[in-house]
Amino acid sequence: MPPDVLVESAPADRLGIAVLVSVGRHPLTGRTRRADQDARAYELALSIAGACTALLHAGQNDAENELALRGYLGMVGASESGENTAERLVVIEQAIGADVLPALVNALRELTPELVLCGMRAETGEGSGMLPYLLAEWLGWPIVSGVAQVESVSDGVATLLQALPRGQRRRLSVRLPAIVTVDSAAPGARPSAFGPARRGGLAVSAAASMPDEARAEWLTTPARKRPRRLKIITALSARDRFKAAAAKTQGGGGKVLTGVSPEIGAEAIQALLKEEGVLPS
Amino acid sequence: MHNGTDPLPRRDSRKERIARNRLHPEHDAVLAEMLGTSRVGPSLWAGPNGLARRNPHRVGFSGPNGIKRIDRSGAQIDTSLNLRTERQAVVADRRTTVEIETPAFLIAVVPDLPGGRLSAHDRDLLGLARQLADADPAVPGAVLAIVFGAIREDGFGTAGVDRLLHSLIHSADQSPGLGASSNTQCRPEARLAVLADVERELLPCHWLLPDSPMGGADLGRRLAARLSERPATQVWQINQDADGKRCNGLGAAGSTDINRPLSRLVLALAECAEPVAMTRHAARPMTLPAPLSRMPGRIQDLGAVAVDPATVALDEAEFILAAGRGVSDWAGFHNAAAVLGATEGASRVAVDDGFMARDRQVGASGTWVTARVYLAVGISGAIQHLQGIKSCDKVVSINLDPDCDMNKRADLAVIGDADEILAALVALQQRIEEKADAA
Repeated sequence: MPPDVLVESAPADRLGIAVLVSVGRHPLTGRTRRADQDARAYELALSIAGACTALLHAGQNDAENELALRGYLGMVGASESGENTAERLVVIEQAIGADVLPALVNALRELTPELVLCGMRAETGEGSGMLPYLLAEWLGWPIVSGVAQVESVSDGVATLLQALPRGQRRRLSVRLPAIVTVDSAAPGARPSAFGPARRGGLAVSAAASMPDEARAEWLTTPARKRPRRLKIITALSARDRFKAAAAKTQGGGGKVLTGVSPEIGAEAIQALLKEEGVLPS
Repeated sequence: MHNGTDPLPRRDSRKERIARNRLHPEHDAVLAEMLGTSRVGPSLWAGPNGLARRNPHRVGFSGPNGIKRIDRSGAQIDTSLNLRTERQAVVADRRTTVEIETPAFLIAVVPDLPGGRLSAHDRDLLGLARQLADADPAVPGAVLAIVFGAIREDGFGTAGVDRLLHSLIHSADQSPGLGASSNTQCRPEARLAVLADVERELLPCHWLLPDSPMGGADLGRRLAARLSERPATQVWQINQDADGKRCNGLGAAGSTDINRPLSRLVLALAECAEPVAMTRHAARPMTLPAPLSRMPGRIQDLGAVAVDPATVALDEAEFILAAGRGVSDWAGFHNAAAVLGATEGASRVAVDDGFMARDRQVGASGTWVTARVYLAVGISGAIQHLQGIKSCDKVVSINLDPDCDMNKRADLAVIGDADEILAALVALQQRIEEKADAA
């Protein structure tokens, strides 16, 4: 079947969203599953009211992968609350170890979604997290990484909440069409229901695969645990080394205020907090 | 004693006894009198025939319990000389200064600089850059650091930076009052334009960026896509092989190790190399020959969103207000945390006594926190607690006991009653907020 039949663009009055999904790997059992961040991305797409969502996957089409991909189809939205479940998942078939970028670029050019959602990096293979950035560069779209929430989409501008380290959030607005990668801080994906997962449509479209030659010569081994770095001691004499190993934490030129009134002490503390920029203002 | 006029030398058995007794309060004075010098003689001197003579009784010093201690490291502490303070003042700086006038190539590093300072991750990355730059001593390369926004770091030279390119892309259209947070502002497209300019004008041999959620991971991948370079991501080691440099990185969500030839653009993890310790570099400021290009961003930063600090996980919190046994006014403490916008933490005692929840405990059996600022109120600093705050940047301590271990760890220690100082701090902050509201 030609791909233009499989991938239908969203109706003009509804926001077209494409969610790029991949096959994940359970960190403990090593079994294939729906990838965690991709499932969160689909969950985020479901939370946008009045959207038309398409699920896209580029990769091998075998029984094990199909089982994992059907996990996404089992995430059924509640239609009365305006959630829009993708009717089917389009698999763009690629050879093992192929570079899926050209196939995905072609599919997205045909689909012309306004918002592309995906996880930050794959759970199998190289997992470099480069794919969304390369897609953005090839399509010429802006990319926002590590998003936890889509606040609103209106007039071709999406307002997003970006997850920062330390539990902080930053509000960004981006002009559509755009690519948005979803952080693990986004709301967790709903469980996958077995029946809808079995019934869901999985449309397969063939596309030319481009082999990834550079990757063929890499050596890939199971990760071994890296030792934590010990305290670096640059002492030259045995006495200094012993002192450094045996000593409790020493004050590094700390300031001590003794015999001051609480107000003066509070002022000193406040000056330090202000200098560090942690006080609300 | 050695009086020339006295025909018969007399012995003072009392003074001889004192001279034998190192612990006697008059020991030094009597010894000096007996030997006829103001100070007791040296332990080592040249004899009449040029032989080295040694007085074994003068070697070493008396320990705290009167037991003789001999320190052979050459760093002897003579308590009678009271040299302690002088010795501590003279801490030799052993770093050698390195100047690279005409570098053969450039290694470009883009540190994160959270809060305007080099993080430990940045220092490791600069250590990695030095490994690449100093690989061949005959053709030394230079490390170029490209930094954005307001910086508060003055140790770029000791961290291994030869050239410093400071881009002020944020200063032009930055709203006032954002001084501290300006370099955390999200302007990835403007930053990318600067890096593309650097690539065009200087053509660095390698690009190194931290693979960190602070911004390096995002900027590095943007740069890789723009330069059409395939980056080596999550790199934790670079080593020299017979057929060139190779690097080790993580793949597949950290479950595999990938060994591959070193690419031009490297996104490295923390602890990828040892930070620079023995050299000091020039950190010479430089500018780009061409003016920095500008481009309107399609991504607009609408500012940070207020997050309730009480809901932030303790190990993620940036500013922690922690209470210990020294706190008695608990309502005041919770109020202070709300006013200061801090996440609450507690020592084991406060948790055991039921004043704080178990998930708020900081330390060995609780949470190891990574806060940038840790304000310890009435915590004396048991070793288990100090372990938990090891990776905190700045520690402030409020305590009644001036000698407690927390005060030794703290960058600022205020000695006084915890409740009173906390109340004063809250009053001060509220006054400032009122002023800001009125204005």
